[in-house]
Amino acid sequence: MNIHTIADHLNTLADNSTTGLCFDCQPISGEVDILQISIVGREELPVFISVTDDQILCITYLWGIEEVKKDSLIQMHESMLEMNIPMPLSSFSKIGDKYVVFGALSINSTFEDIEHELAVLSNNAIEVIDDMGDYLV
Amino acid sequence: MSIFKKIMTAIRGGASEVGESIIDSNATRIFEQEIRDAENHLTKAKRDLTGVMAEQMSANREVDRLSKEVTEHEGYAVQALEKGDETLALAVAEKISTLESDLATQQQARDSFTGNAERLKELVRKSERQIVEHKRQLSMVKTTESVQKATSAITDNFSSSNSKLLSAKDSLERIKAKQQKFDDKMKAAEMLESENSDNSLAAQLKSAGIGAQSSNASSVLDRIKAKQKS
Repeated sequence: MNIHTIADHLNTLADNSTTGLCFDCQPISGEVDILQISIVGREELPVFISVTDDQILCITYLWGIEEVKKDSLIQMHESMLEMNIPMPLSSFSKIGDKYVVFGALSINSTFEDIEHELAVLSNNAIEVIDDMGDYLV
Repeated sequence: MSIFKKIMTAIRGGASEVGESIIDSNATRIFEQEIRDAENHLTKAKRDLTGVMAEQMSANREVDRLSKEVTEHEGYAVQALEKGDETLALAVAEKISTLESDLATQQQARDSFTGNAERLKELVRKSERQIVEHKRQLSMVKTTESVQKATSAITDNFSSSNSKLLSAKDSLERIKAKQQKFDDKMKAAEMLESENSDNSLAAQLKSAGIGAQSSNASSVLDRIKAKQKS
């Protein structure tokens, strides 16, 4: 399983995905290969996939630290921690100064697992931004 | 220091410099080498264990054989005594004594092999657990590194394509607007569909002569004729 096989699969799916979402994949080359996945209608919140030795990481960037209202940071952190378990399949993290939701899959996952993960992650991201809107500028 | 703490310190320390590798790649290489060494030791320990277990089995067989022979010769000694051949009985007894001393040596060897095998098995189990743990730690370090590199590649991609990152709220607004537009389209399509089916129903009723009938020339003429008569 690597980003190219994932891209091939998602691109051939087109409108036939079981999740009802339509994926558009674009590899980004660098020191670590990444797949940028745009979901039709949700282009503003792409999912990034990177594949390591033992896992497939799917990450969506939520907001930067500068978007958080000054006096809401602690409350927001608490809300995020509390939501971490109820939120299906995804977890919160922070990379540099950006908050993210991510899901980690086994390297032995099927294409269907990955497709499902992407749909859930995207839904979670939208819902989280909606729910955390009060803490954001 | 635990691996968690190391990673945390590294992230905190390197957070200001995006793109800079946070973990010394040399340290990662050394760690990978350590895991490979441990795996080699494990392979050797397993080979040793096989050897010791083979020796253990052979010692076991020897102990069985000697015990059987001792019993056998004890029988011979009794028979010799029954025949009153004291000299023969003594010779057999000497043989038994030699056999018993051999037996004792073999038993000692067997016990020592058994002990060694147990120790090696425990060592193998311990090494295996250690390798799994080391691999987990290495995976954590590598993942941290990979996420860091991935982030810098994503950031580079965004700045090079000149596309400005929207704020989370703006992104959400746009997505919701698109969703609304899509929903509206669906609704409009549905409405159109239902209107069409209404029309077709009305047409069916009309052709069946049910409901309001449109006036035509003959009905108008009938009406005028009726007025004339009155």
